[in-house]
Amino acid sequence: MKKRRIFEHPIIDFDRGEEFYFDFEGEKVKAYEGETISSALYAHGLRKFTDSKELERPRGFFCAIGKCSSCLMSVDGRPNVRTCVTPAEEGIEVKRHGPKAKFPEIDIGRGKDRVEKKIEIAVIGGGPAGLMASIVAARNGADVHLFDEGDDLGGQLVKQTHQFFGSHEEDAGTRGIDIGRDLVEEAREVGVEIHTESKVLGYYPEKKVAIEANGRLEIYDSEGIVYAAGAVEDYLSFENNDLPGVYGAGGVQTLMNEEGIVPGEKVLMVGSGNVGVIVSYQLLQADVEVVEIIEALPEIGAYQVHASKVRRAGVPISTSHTIKKAIGDEQVEGAVVQKIDENWNPIEGTEREIECDVICLAVGLSPDVGFLRQADCEMDYVPGLGGFVPLRTEEMMTTNRGIYVAGDAAGIEEATVAALEGKIAGAAVYEEVKGETEDTKKSKEEAQQGLKQMRKGPYGEAPRQGVKTCTVDEEVCG
Amino acid sequence: MSEDYKSTGIIRKEDIEIPDDERLKKGPVVLIECVENIPCDPCVATCPKDAISMEEITDVPNIDFEDCIGCALCVTECPGLAIFVIDCSYSEEKCKITVPYEYLPVPEEGDEVFALDRKGEKVQKASVTKVRKSGKTYGITIEVDKDKVWEVRGLEVIG
Repeated sequence: MKKRRIFEHPIIDFDRGEEFYFDFEGEKVKAYEGETISSALYAHGLRKFTDSKELERPRGFFCAIGKCSSCLMSVDGRPNVRTCVTPAEEGIEVKRHGPKAKFPEIDIGRGKDRVEKKIEIAVIGGGPAGLMASIVAARNGADVHLFDEGDDLGGQLVKQTHQFFGSHEEDAGTRGIDIGRDLVEEAREVGVEIHTESKVLGYYPEKKVAIEANGRLEIYDSEGIVYAAGAVEDYLSFENNDLPGVYGAGGVQTLMNEEGIVPGEKVLMVGSGNVGVIVSYQLLQADVEVVEIIEALPEIGAYQVHASKVRRAGVPISTSHTIKKAIGDEQVEGAVVQKIDENWNPIEGTEREIECDVICLAVGLSPDVGFLRQADCEMDYVPGLGGFVPLRTEEMMTTNRGIYVAGDAAGIEEATVAALEGKIAGAAVYEEVKGETEDTKKSKEEAQQGLKQMRKGPYGEAPRQGVKTCTVDEEVCG
Repeated sequence: MSEDYKSTGIIRKEDIEIPDDERLKKGPVVLIECVENIPCDPCVATCPKDAISMEEITDVPNIDFEDCIGCALCVTECPGLAIFVIDCSYSEEKCKITVPYEYLPVPEEGDEVFALDRKGEKVQKASVTKVRKSGKTYGITIEVDKDKVWEVRGLEVIG
């Protein structure tokens, strides 16, 4: 078996902290400071994290960003801990509790020390959109609180090891990891109050945000909200699709590029869009074999330059192909792929077995909009933006006045667009709460220009049309 | 179905702008294998001779081969790793090609490597004549047989 932790990488320097051990069901597990519990367990070789609720089938790692619930375990007696966003600590006791966790016997501080606080602006989500919104609002002098459930900020930027596309002025040519780091630093400099490991539980009128943090309930009574919680990875239905070893492409990126742990030895990539092809390239850079990329459409979805890059590395891309099933009992040992015709029907007799220990799904993303639904923001189904998205004004205000949206939660595009939308939302929420300034005016204008540029061309067609259909006049907002 | 880059991911010589024989004889020159209207322009800003231009960010790069000096700075700045520089001016038998490289191990000058084509297949053995680093990306120049210069677009370290 190859080493699971990456020590040498062409792009990333993994600065691991101190080495220590914790207990997993009586076994000693090695971890490094900064690693999450699930990453350390993955590096240890664990594949089954829990069982499904009804059929009790094995469940493993999937999204790695606290969205999918496949990694819930008990930590020091506290059940249902999202181990993928919880840092490992020396001496903790981690246990699998199976499909149904029992109510804990220990005191978990329920109902104690409840905190309620008045603030000016709450920003939810610490990715490019949320960071940018926070920066703009804070540098104009607002009291800005940024909440993120992870232990690090930067959202999905921190795992983007490739140089960004886009305009030279908007950081193109810079790697996502570096852009993320710079934004976090800037947010700190302009005085954004940062709350990590702070999970947003829900919305309460008027503009109250309920957070679980520090083992207690914290309620922030705000005057304006920017919601930038990103997206959730889409799934695909095929036989055995729940086996440990079937992972989201974003999850693989987190494990590999943030935590420095390889997902396996041989990967089948499902989906040839930019995400599938870029993650394939990153797997190759981490010295993991990408056996094949399959794509249901007759054409490759990714930019030609990305596709050419992985082809040059010898990775075949099979268009008009789908995955029929995953092979394996406890974890993935292979896959069966099959050709499909122009009506998406599988063609009998074209089945082919592929040897792999990871099946990586890069089949799209959906905006994460639960909070906005709860806040009664009006939604519309917009395929060009990845699913249900909130109606919004040009200034990114939802139909619930004072609540703004930015980034993938407003529609699936990419990081540069997210940052630009964040800039607009940050300026607009500041104006709503405290009034217009030279900087807010200028920020909005610049970002609107930038958005126009980014959405030009044939690849910008879907989001361009999508945004048009869900943009409303301000009078609609309550 | 046509076997074009949309279904294969592989660019053909006829898909891109190429310098004429006269220009090839004069010295190193750029080849940009970027054929779609994607929003991206770092190559324009990188070129010290303003030989690459765009009116809109989604234009494909417009190259003035006469202004290009083949410096290869753009090879390591292109986020798509789609830029190469070839030099067919100095020998009857050999050409040099500079390719972007972001893997480990990194070859050294004088090393022998496999030259790969656009499918990642080995074309021939080639010697490394220059290694340049910008940020985390390397621009690696290898020397190949003259008739292979339109095929070779990558390299693999031997061993």
